[in-house]
Amino acid sequence: MQTPDTDTLEQPVNPSRRSFLKGSSIAAGAFVFGFSFPFAKSALAGEAAAPEVNAWVVVQPDDTVLIRIARIEMGQGSLTGLAQLVAEELECDWDKVHFELVKPGANQARDNVWKSQATGGSTAIRGSHEYLRQGGAAARHMLVAAAANQWQVPASECQVDKGVITHKPTGKTTTYGAVATAANDITPPEKITLKDPSEWKIAGKAVKRLDTKEKVDGSMIYTTDFTLPGMLIAVPKACPVHGGTLKSFDAKAVQDMPGVKHVVQLDDNAVAVVADTFWRAKKALDALPIEWNLGPNASVSSASIAEKLREGLSATTDYVGNKVGDAPSALAKAEKVIEADYSYPYQNHAPMETMSAVVRWRKNGCEMWGATQVPESALAALAEAAELPQEVCEVHTMRIGGSFGRRLATDYVRQAALVAKAFPDTPIKLLWTREEDMLQGHFHPVTQCRMRASMDANGELQALHMRIAGQSILAHVNPKGIGEKGDPVMYQGLDPEGDMAIGYSVPNLLVDQVMVNPHIRPGFWRGVNLNQNALYLECFIDELAHAAGQDPLAFRRKLMAKHPKHLAVLEAAAKGIGWDKKPAQGIHRGIAQVKGFGSYVAAAAEVSVTDGKLKIHRIVAATDPGYAINPQQIEAQVAGSFVYGLSPMLSSECTVKDGRIEQENFHTYQVMQLRDMPEVEVITMPSGGFWGGVGEPTIAVAAPAVLNAIFAATGKRIRNIPIKNTDLS
Amino acid sequence: MKLNINGETKEVEVEADTPLLWVIREQLGMTGTKYGCGMSICGACTVHIDGVAQRSCVLPVSAVREDQKITTIEGLGVQQFHPVQEVWAELDVPQCGYCQSGMIMAASSLLARNANPSDEDIRREITNICRCGTYPRVIEGIKTAAKRLAAAGDQGGRDANA
Repeated sequence: MQTPDTDTLEQPVNPSRRSFLKGSSIAAGAFVFGFSFPFAKSALAGEAAAPEVNAWVVVQPDDTVLIRIARIEMGQGSLTGLAQLVAEELECDWDKVHFELVKPGANQARDNVWKSQATGGSTAIRGSHEYLRQGGAAARHMLVAAAANQWQVPASECQVDKGVITHKPTGKTTTYGAVATAANDITPPEKITLKDPSEWKIAGKAVKRLDTKEKVDGSMIYTTDFTLPGMLIAVPKACPVHGGTLKSFDAKAVQDMPGVKHVVQLDDNAVAVVADTFWRAKKALDALPIEWNLGPNASVSSASIAEKLREGLSATTDYVGNKVGDAPSALAKAEKVIEADYSYPYQNHAPMETMSAVVRWRKNGCEMWGATQVPESALAALAEAAELPQEVCEVHTMRIGGSFGRRLATDYVRQAALVAKAFPDTPIKLLWTREEDMLQGHFHPVTQCRMRASMDANGELQALHMRIAGQSILAHVNPKGIGEKGDPVMYQGLDPEGDMAIGYSVPNLLVDQVMVNPHIRPGFWRGVNLNQNALYLECFIDELAHAAGQDPLAFRRKLMAKHPKHLAVLEAAAKGIGWDKKPAQGIHRGIAQVKGFGSYVAAAAEVSVTDGKLKIHRIVAATDPGYAINPQQIEAQVAGSFVYGLSPMLSSECTVKDGRIEQENFHTYQVMQLRDMPEVEVITMPSGGFWGGVGEPTIAVAAPAVLNAIFAATGKRIRNIPIKNTDLS
Repeated sequence: MKLNINGETKEVEVEADTPLLWVIREQLGMTGTKYGCGMSICGACTVHIDGVAQRSCVLPVSAVREDQKITTIEGLGVQQFHPVQEVWAELDVPQCGYCQSGMIMAASSLLARNANPSDEDIRREITNICRCGTYPRVIEGIKTAAKRLAAAGDQGGRDANA
């Protein structure tokens, strides 16, 4: 059991507006982080807070270095990578590094000194590496200057190694811990020169994660584990048809059940039972008579949604994402057009830790302890539901038991705050059941894609039209983001240039979209639209190669001459799988490549299909992320991303019946298990000069590489996943 | 009602149908054992009962006898880490970590009855769900822990009930 920092709001508010390069006072530091460190043993529990050197760095008298982490850790390992970037320039001893999580209210009070805390789109490292390294370098300058001042020598005569400062002419030494307090008063340098990555000693190295021990001895406290004295548990249920409302509920029927305190309506669409334990609250919720107004969507089904999408495949549209030459004319004139329709189903994020938040509402302030990928938005949602100014609210961010984009939404934050408001001064832990998590997701949207292409007599691709018909996430979460191209996020992996650029040169290319927005709530699901766009394009390119009677790699090479970085990872994956050599008897291969979230990625798969049963033997993945901050964590991300990307290909899908999602738990939403895991070989080949993400891009190449291998094995072209719906025998 | 958990006898007052998971988490305050599905599918709630992995989320507490020894992740490596925990830390197996208590309890139970599991044994026996996709390191971790146990002539019996 941990000691929660429950007194934050009682302390005087002392917002510091100093620049991030300058340290704040002890008092402000204490306000910001509280006097105790509740979230990890590694965060110096019980030790007094030292003055910070600057916003990113606190050095304790015992030379322990506390690095502040503003972005959210949810398994992707960026917490460690971000600390490596600060530590690299700080020149501290990595073995003495601990971490501390930043809170969004504190960030606002200090003029966003820690910049954006939002964590999504594989941006944690690529979006903050520069100012983190500057923060580390500034702290180093200040610590060295403090030592030089004490010695009355020029700072230029001092050097530092692993937190030990040496005055070269005299050989005198001191440590960061000894000069940290004095460094707090040093003016930060105006100009900072960052190291060339070739000089890195901590960044770029496969160091161990900072947060592993507490994950193997059970001591890590997730939101679901967090406890405050006198806390009650709320278990909610919302209308299973999205957009429907709560008609009535009979609280009397459950009010005498053991432990039940109250039944609370939440907005117009949900109800929560509040009890002394989760189990008692859940039992009462299961027994609670509830009636819903299901609304106009109660008859919607997967079939009716698919029909609307299918209409979109041939509808007229002005939304164009990529255009070269005149594909429609070329296709109209072509002797032969190769055409195929693909689809990708709804998916739930299904993180292992269900939605949860602990909130305590008081008339003078409201606090949340809990998981979110968007601390600033969570704080805003908390304050809005609490009906209090943001200045008197705070979110104590926590590491998350898996999120994958789900906690970019703050629906559960609002719910927790609404319940807490009904119980002033009583901490409330809102905890969703798995069933609620499955039904009330923010689902990876459905799309279909019609691919049409023509080739000349030599099998050279002449024209390609890719029509995407499907659901827009932006239309739900940020309609202002929809512009003249339609929803720009729907073109991920197909853009003319940039972080999501297509890797093929086609003389006549048209990528366009028709938005079809069913009532099922969409959201950003790890990999987002890159997942299906890569599947559509890479499987269809494979179809064209076979139609042209050409090797799929050779066929792609001809289209990729002007895309050397795309091609380099594809060649690396092909080489890794041994594309040049014949596979073993019964083994068949497929390849795929894409650029997404700033990184170039490719995969090559080996499969066998025996009596209709698929076995994925091996996948070789190649990633060029520009710079690799922690290669062993990149390896973990890539291997893990395949589990996320292969689950929808193998078995997981969310279907709709009577307006509601049908899958309520893991028995029907079947995600990949260890028995299906292929051997994974990860090639990381950073070529420098750009910063790409690694959490998401490789998800998108796993499925098409395997599907192309299945075609090689069986002659069956699977265009609608999951393959559990297809007989492979 | 009395429970023998991590080598101690604990008295709990709770409805008989309460799953062992929630007694461990809410009555006894040990939160290393996790709720994932509540249907005995995902394995996040795995504990040992008399040394054998059991999913605690659907097991009524009334079905556990006082003489049965329950071990949770908190009781697995009390004096020192169980070899599975040691290896897990060395290989950085966890990502988000939420499923890993259950994964470690399942792995240590497997090794207790099969000292040298093959890849196929591991693939068949470890059915815990990990959404982060730690599976390759889980396989490597179990095989490495098996070697370490064999070298030490140890069967992994270091938990609080051993």
